[in-house]
Amino acid sequence: MQNLTHRSKDVDRRPLSLWEKMYIPSVAKGMSITFGHMFKKVPTIRYPEETRPFSPVFRGLHVLNRDEEGRERCTACGLCAVACPAEAITMEAAERKAGEENLYREEKYAARYEINMLRCIFCGLCEEACPKDAIYLSETFAPSNYARKGFIYGKEDLLIPDPKTQASDLAAAKGQE
Amino acid sequence: MTLLALDWFLLIEKLILIAIVITASLVIAMYATYAERKVAAVMQDRIGPNRAGPFGLLQPLADGLKLFFKEEIIPDSSNRFLFILGPCLAMLTAMMTCAVVPWGSSVEIAGRTIQLQIADINIGILYVFGVVSLGVYGIMIGGWASNNKFSLMAALRGASQVISYELAMGISLIALLMLTGSLSIKTIVEQQVGHVWNIVYQPVGFLIFFVCAMAECNRAPFDLPEAESELNMGYHQEYSSMKLGFYLFSEYINMFISSAIMASLYFGGYDVPFLGHAHLAPNLLAIIGVVAFLVKIFIFIFVFMWIRWTLPRFRYDQLMNLGWKALIPLALANMLVTAVVILLRG
Repeated sequence: MQNLTHRSKDVDRRPLSLWEKMYIPSVAKGMSITFGHMFKKVPTIRYPEETRPFSPVFRGLHVLNRDEEGRERCTACGLCAVACPAEAITMEAAERKAGEENLYREEKYAARYEINMLRCIFCGLCEEACPKDAIYLSETFAPSNYARKGFIYGKEDLLIPDPKTQASDLAAAKGQE
Repeated sequence: MTLLALDWFLLIEKLILIAIVITASLVIAMYATYAERKVAAVMQDRIGPNRAGPFGLLQPLADGLKLFFKEEIIPDSSNRFLFILGPCLAMLTAMMTCAVVPWGSSVEIAGRTIQLQIADINIGILYVFGVVSLGVYGIMIGGWASNNKFSLMAALRGASQVISYELAMGISLIALLMLTGSLSIKTIVEQQVGHVWNIVYQPVGFLIFFVCAMAECNRAPFDLPEAESELNMGYHQEYSSMKLGFYLFSEYINMFISSAIMASLYFGGYDVPFLGHAHLAPNLLAIIGVVAFLVKIFIFIFVFMWIRWTLPRFRYDQLMNLGWKALIPLALANMLVTAVVILLRG
């Protein structure tokens, strides 16, 4: 029969020799291999307790940044939403009222800022587009939830802890504790 | 009145011994499942169960609990009585064999000499054979009662496998019995205490016995009755909940018991080499003997597992060829040679 491809290999179909029919030598060989594997190093990383080191450019879940006085940097310009190829970012702008200067850095801010983590492809273009250093991709990853709703992260999920009032939380989030 | 004059202490003593032996074999079988997973893991460069308790030691408990809480399904088209009888028989026959295994010599408590064996019957080996061949009824009845093609196929396979390998096993044992001249396991062990173990006289016989024991326990590479790739799950496909658990469990008890039998027949049972000259209290010696016996059993169980995680499953015709064309002639030759040697040496 003509071969359909050139990749077929001839299989050795000679009957077993007496030595091979005794099985014992081959069995002993196989068992020595498995026994040797008992002393090999296990490559397993016990995940929740141990994690792999990330590269410095790893792109995980987003955070919304604050400045050193704890004011939100985002001005709701919408450049991140425009840059986003997956259209995962939605926001609503609002004007800063008098007396809110300690909350928002500039006179316009994002009243609502949502990222759909199921749409997001973690490309980091929002981070590059942001002129105010307001959005960054962190090293946190693999969110889990029971419902789709839970994957839409609002401002309360994204904003980093205030460096003035919640300094210890911030340090913990940065892994500095 | 003499008929009623029971030795009540003997009764109590035996009942306690039975309770201990049954509990011990159940616990050992339970942890054999854990050991199996760990052995499989280290041989495949993995870690194995490590979540439930320290080092995953509570894993067997978790598995057992899980099985208990599973829904119990008895298929409509099955034979209800036989369907329930199957796993019971498998478990019963697995447990029955441990009655004749001598676990140690004897201890003296409050002036009474207590034999560490439930029943020293003079046909111990015949009893073991009888019970072991009953064991296949668990598989057959379960497979038949499931009313499922795969289960039936598995039952047929199991039956023919056990019949084929029991022959070779029996013949290999005859050679050993000619040497020892006794069918009582206790006597066979006692003959080895302080002397050479039977494995020295019967290496071929032991090899045949070992291979056949593996086939009788339905362990890989002879696990055709539960061949996942071709029969889905084999004879216990329709089973769920603890009935499935019984089937899986009986396999491990069988493995434990057959290891015990092999250790007593060929490896001196509770004999510890070079300990006969040490002057120790008899009770201490007996306990050391029991520990040594358990160590031997654990080594055998490990070898069982080691083989399982090394060798692939035999094809059905290979299995039959090995049984009928290789093991039986070999066992016959071994028996003849043993007979001739015994005859010549007078």
